[in-house]
Amino acid sequence: MGTLVELLIAPLRYPFMVRGMAAAVMVGIVCAMVGTYMVLRGMAFLGDALAHSILPGIAIGYLVSGGSREPIFWWGLGTGVLTAIGIGAVGKGAQVKEDTAIGIIFSGMFALGIALISTMRSYAVDLAHFLFGDVLGVSSGDLWLTAGLAALVFLVVFVFYKEFLVLSFDPVLAETLRFPSGFLRYLLLVLIALTIVVALQTVGVALMVAMLTTPAATAYLLTKRMAPMMVIAAVLGAVAGVAGLYLSYYISVASGAAIVLVSTAIFLLVLLFSPRRGVVWGWLR
Amino acid sequence: MLSGLGVFRPVVHAEGAAILEVSDLSVAYNGTRALDGVTFDLRIGERVAVVGPNGAGKSTLFKVIAGVLDPTSGDVRVAGCSPRGHICIAYVPQRSDVDWSFPVTVEDVVMMGRYGKLGFLRRPGREDRAYVRICLETVGLEDLATRQIGELSGGQQQRMFIARALAQESSIVLMDEPLNGLDVSAQERILEILDALKARGVTVMVATHDLNQAAEFFDRVMLLNRRLLGIGTPEAVFTAEHLESAYGGQLRLVETGEGMMVLNDTCCGGH
Repeated sequence: MGTLVELLIAPLRYPFMVRGMAAAVMVGIVCAMVGTYMVLRGMAFLGDALAHSILPGIAIGYLVSGGSREPIFWWGLGTGVLTAIGIGAVGKGAQVKEDTAIGIIFSGMFALGIALISTMRSYAVDLAHFLFGDVLGVSSGDLWLTAGLAALVFLVVFVFYKEFLVLSFDPVLAETLRFPSGFLRYLLLVLIALTIVVALQTVGVALMVAMLTTPAATAYLLTKRMAPMMVIAAVLGAVAGVAGLYLSYYISVASGAAIVLVSTAIFLLVLLFSPRRGVVWGWLR
Repeated sequence: MLSGLGVFRPVVHAEGAAILEVSDLSVAYNGTRALDGVTFDLRIGERVAVVGPNGAGKSTLFKVIAGVLDPTSGDVRVAGCSPRGHICIAYVPQRSDVDWSFPVTVEDVVMMGRYGKLGFLRRPGREDRAYVRICLETVGLEDLATRQIGELSGGQQQRMFIARALAQESSIVLMDEPLNGLDVSAQERILEILDALKARGVTVMVATHDLNQAAEFFDRVMLLNRRLLGIGTPEAVFTAEHLESAYGGQLRLVETGEGMMVLNDTCCGGH
């Protein structure tokens, strides 16, 4: 018993581990909340695209600021919101199908980001941080910024809970109840963009979609109502964040990858053994 | 236009007025016409079946009446105002258009009908929950209130949406193929509930493929194939000539099975 406590406490001696865990918990919670809507509305691909599209913004922020965190953050946010609004407009009178258009925009933007970053001297290291995250490099200033924006996302989801529920389940009902559907649709996209920027330092661009969708998809298997789904997803997101960082500390793997692996493992366990929809119970029957 | 009425405010209906007036309505998608010059009126509490082949524009007509889709030309008035001023128009989707695995319970879905009256930032209160209870009892689903919607049978799913329309306190209910794929007893149950709606003065439009049912259970029938081919009693509307222009080459399909019998009776009895 003593050794277990010792194992849990040991990494917390390092302030960077404590900051990293605080960031991972906050990011895990907001990603899971927003991810719930993405899973229910089938927006996983769109979320992945949005995350990748933010890279050129980050690269410009990095180039103009010489590596300080905060400008990168705001540049990323600006790019994310603009891309979200652009994606919202795609498909209205487009010449190609919506997912094709999103695919083209997202890979083009991503390539632009890589091209910009490749002009820097410390190319490989920086690119890796943006792609895969650097949660252990979180400063206390970053932490406050993360907390503020996470609170904002939380507040918006709380305020628009019933509107987003109707929009996700039955868009026609949202129209007949005269909800401002167009505004809500864009708001949700902007919320996803905001969440992605908040989560950027934790898991990076490439693994973002896992933070957004895996805990929510796991929770989906465990409940039949949306509010509990969101709560379970948030808990799973936070747990995966903390457990991932311990894993990363003890077996020396990249922190973002460790968080996503824990999340994926939980999903697989639930997929196999969940009381309501578990695959194994289906086989045994 | 009357869009200045305020989007969220329900409109008080004038007594005795036609609940729905559609005049010279046309809708075009990418240049092709889904509806062309459709004109008709409905009275309060009427029950009308909308019949026509696939792609006849039944769903389009409903979406324009619900104020979800704007007409290309022409006009729709619900109790004298634009549909966008109302929250009293309920649209019951086709069952195949609903995500039945969505994590909501039966009472959650019915409660969504109350959301229009709640307004921004307000959560449902005790009165709303009591109202939802009454709506569930009206359609006989009170025992299944906490079930996830995917656990319901087809008929129960359809009744749940009728309960939601009741919770919405709607004056017009538009139902897209509600009887499709249901067994006879489930269909009868829904038709009974529609009788209860009629007693409350709710106007109901039902899209259906089944000419037999349309003729038997509705006050008036409407035959639609992009243009309005006829509205009135089944005898007047389901004539050989009208059906030929609605279904054209598909008429053979209509003549198979029991539909054929009624078709003959109707057209010959009328002459």
